[in-house]
Parts: sequence; C-alpha cells; structure tokens
Amino acid sequence: MLIKRPADIKSSEITDKELYLNRRQFMQTASAGAAVLGTGLLAPGLLGPMSTAWGATKLDNVAKGKFSTDEPQTSLKDITSYNNFYEFGTDKGDPKRHSGSLKTRPWTVEVEGEVHKPRTFDIEELLKMPLEERVYRLRCVEAWSMVIPWIGFELSHLIKLVEPTNNAKYIQFVTLYDTEQMPGQRRGILDWPYTEGLRMDEAMNPLTIMGVGLYGEVMPNQNGAPIRLVVPWKYGFKSGKSIVKIRFVEEEPPTSWNMAAPHEYGFYSNVNPTVNHPRWSQASERRIGDFFRRKTLMFNGYEEQVAHLYKGMDLKKLY
Amino acid sequence: MKVSTWVRPFTWFKVLVFAASLIPAARLVVGLFTGGLGANPVEFITHTTGTFALVFLMLTLSVTPLRRITGYASLIRLRRMLGLFAFFYTCVHLSTFVVLDHFFDPAAILQDVFKRPYITAGSVGFLLMLPLALTSTAGWIRRLGGRRWQRLHRLVYFSAIAGVVHFLWLVKADLREPLIYAGVLAVLLGYRIAVWRNAPWRKKRAN
Repeated sequence: MLIKRPADIKSSEITDKELYLNRRQFMQTASAGAAVLGTGLLAPGLLGPMSTAWGATKLDNVAKGKFSTDEPQTSLKDITSYNNFYEFGTDKGDPKRHSGSLKTRPWTVEVEGEVHKPRTFDIEELLKMPLEERVYRLRCVEAWSMVIPWIGFELSHLIKLVEPTNNAKYIQFVTLYDTEQMPGQRRGILDWPYTEGLRMDEAMNPLTIMGVGLYGEVMPNQNGAPIRLVVPWKYGFKSGKSIVKIRFVEEEPPTSWNMAAPHEYGFYSNVNPTVNHPRWSQASERRIGDFFRRKTLMFNGYEEQVAHLYKGMDLKKLY
Repeated sequence: MKVSTWVRPFTWFKVLVFAASLIPAARLVVGLFTGGLGANPVEFITHTTGTFALVFLMLTLSVTPLRRITGYASLIRLRRMLGLFAFFYTCVHLSTFVVLDHFFDPAAILQDVFKRPYITAGSVGFLLMLPLALTSTAGWIRRLGGRRWQRLHRLVYFSAIAGVVHFLWLVKADLREPLIYAGVLAVLLGYRIAVWRNAPWRKKRAN
C-alpha cells in the first residue's frame, strides 16, 4: 500500500498565525492592563503568566508519530476559535474569548487510586515524555469534524510509570475546577468539575494520547491547556481538557455528559454512524472548511486500531 | 391637517424599521463574502436566521400589547411587515437546512423532519406560518372577512410556541437562551389571556 507522506510545508505556516497571534496578544495585553487598572495592583508578577502565553513556546524534540492522517489539516484559526469548552462558556467563540484567565503554570497532574506508585507530575516533567506529532481526525458529537496536528505522548507511557494494580479497570480524568480561572463553571450547566473516563484497554491503546500542543506549539488555552486527553475514535467530549487528576478505579467512573443526559451520551461514546444521537443523525458530518457533508466513518476511521476492543459488545446498547 | 403631518413621520419610521430588519440578513451576506462567518458558516447562518425568525415573531406579537398600553394606535401598521420578516428569516433558515446543510438530500431531510422532535417542531412552526404569509394581503383580508381572517391569524400563537419548543429541544445543556424566548412568549401570550379573561362580553356572561 502506498502511504502518501504529508507535504513538506511546516504545519504552522498553513494559516495566518501572525495575524491570529497579534490579535490574541493585543487582547491579552488589554485585559492585563484592565486587570492592573481594575485592582490597582502593579505587581510585575501579575503579567508573568500573560507573557508566557501561547505562541511564545515551540515544542522541541517532537517526533513524527504513527497513525497520522494525510488529510488536509484544519486551519489553526478554526481550531482555536471554534471550541466546545463549557468551562469558558457555551458559545463556540467563548473559549477563545474567555480562556485568557487560565493559568497553566504552575500546573500539576495528580495520579492516584489503584496504582502502586501514585505520584504528582509537574507539567514540565510531562513535557519531557516522548512527544510525537499525531495528525488525528476529531469528530464532535454535534456532527462536525476537524483534522488536528496534535502533539502529545501515549497515555500508556504514563500508565506504566505508576504501575496500576490488578484492581485498576478504568481511569477517570478530572478537569481543573476553579471558577476564577474558568468563569463558565459559575453556572451549573454541567456537574463540575468535568470528569471523563476510559476503560483500561482503551487508555492503553497506542492511539490514546495526552495532548500538550498542536501545530508545533504548546496547547492553546481554549483547546485544553496545558494537558488534555485525545481519544480520536470517540466523540470529542470524551477527551477531557486541562486535566489535573488521573484516577485509577475499579468501577466504571461517572462522566459529566453521561450524568447530564444519560440517554444521549453513553460511557463509551465511540464515533458510530449507525447509532444516532436521539436528537440528530450521526451518519454524516461537516468537516470544518468543507461545504458538503461527508459520511462519518465507524470509530472515526480508526476501526483497524480499535474495533477489537469492542468485540462481542452490543454498541447499540453500549453507545 | 393634523392627520397628514402625523402620517408622514410614521411612514419614515416604518421605512427605518424595514431597513433595520434587513441588517441581520445584510450582515450574513457580507460575512459570506468576507469569510466573517467563522469556522462553521452553515451553522452560523442557521443559528442567526433561526434567532431572527424568533425575534421577529416576538416583535410581531408585541405590537398589539404595545399599542394597547401606549395608546399608540399606528403601531398596527408595523405588524404585517414584522410578521413577514419573521416569515422571511424562517424561509432563509429552512433553506439553509435544506440546501446548505443537506444539499437537497430528501432521505436525510425527511428522516430529520420525522425522527428528530426538534426539527418536527420547527417544521410545524413553519407550516403554521405559511397560510398567514399567504393571506397577509389586504385582498385576502377582504376575501376572508375581518373576523375569519383574524381567527386564522391566531395560528401565529401556535407557530411561536412551536418555534420556542424547536429551540428548547435542540440545545445540549445551556437552556438559558431558549428560556429567555419562552419567558418573553409567556408574557406576550399571558397578556392576551388576561385581556380575554377581562373582556366585557365575558364578564357580562359570568354575571
């Protein structure tokens, strides 16, 4: 089989990033200025996290990863301006508008539960994991999709470090809960903090990564900075963002959307064109940037890698 | 001569309202050509036209209460225009669904209409508007006769209810926006119920 190599254009050159960055910097400077004026605090430290904002940091030592698709990548502008991240508001533009308040340093990820070596990882340690670029399709449960050049490391690497016990059957992922940094959490739209979960074999699958960046640079706040889950064969909401806790558990953990609407969002939530959302069809999707809809693929096109995980399961019931 | 000096400024006002009502549509057209509709233009057009269909329905339903409360009788002359703008935005909304979203795929469209309750509600809202738009002319008022015409046009209440239900049923978790429309509609319909309950002919019968 002929595998086409992606074009040798640096992915970051595809979109008008300069324009985007300038706008963002302007907004951040403006909001920082407003904060200074507003509080009367002139401590230089206040500007610290702002000035290390996204755009300044390129990720080094990133290998070309496996499983990357050579489909055209969604523009950086679209990836960073059209987001579902209810912690910053429910409008698609809210995460970009409001995520400037998220402080991604210092940041730790606590790993606990059914493991022999529970520990707390500093984000800097996690950035030293073997990073790869993985160009994955992302299929949202709302029937739109993107192609995103993520940077991350396989979750299995982290799992091996903490040595799960025999009781560890599932992993729960917990997002930051801080109404100051995440203003959307002031409204009880979901049961905060956002939690998601995977079965152990799903978590160990080489497709599953912890994302720390995209388009060659550290993760933009609105995409789940500084570290998020990326599970490309499941609907987007399964991939929890801004993760602070990873808990190994014996029972299937509760998950946010499932708690909010159990008949609409199951624990598995694998991309499946034959199982419709009760309120809309999942048979097709609109790729952001395309005019025509396209057929949705089973497991979002990752059938070869993951179908075996669900052998013998009735995916119509365990949606 | 008092009357004619009164009519002229109101005509200007109506022209102004007409122009203002076109702004949302104009912004969509401009956005379409300048790439200003965001990452998902089809969704943006769908949401915008849907929103303004509801807004104009609410405005249409506000005319009678406003007129009664303010005593500003000429407001009635805006009602048909506002109603037709509600119909206009509904038509663009529906066309976006049929053409841009499904590109005339009849199977997909029919499946949506009959299997997705929120789309069923939206379709009902549209169908209820259709006879109202068609009979909105002076000729049709004459042909039907005032009372029958008015009775027919009470369908607008049900169309508005269907529109709000359509919105309520489509959102994922954040009900705030559709609930605002539901609240406004409740006030507008509640006003009519109150008027009806206090109607003199009804009181007479009760006595």
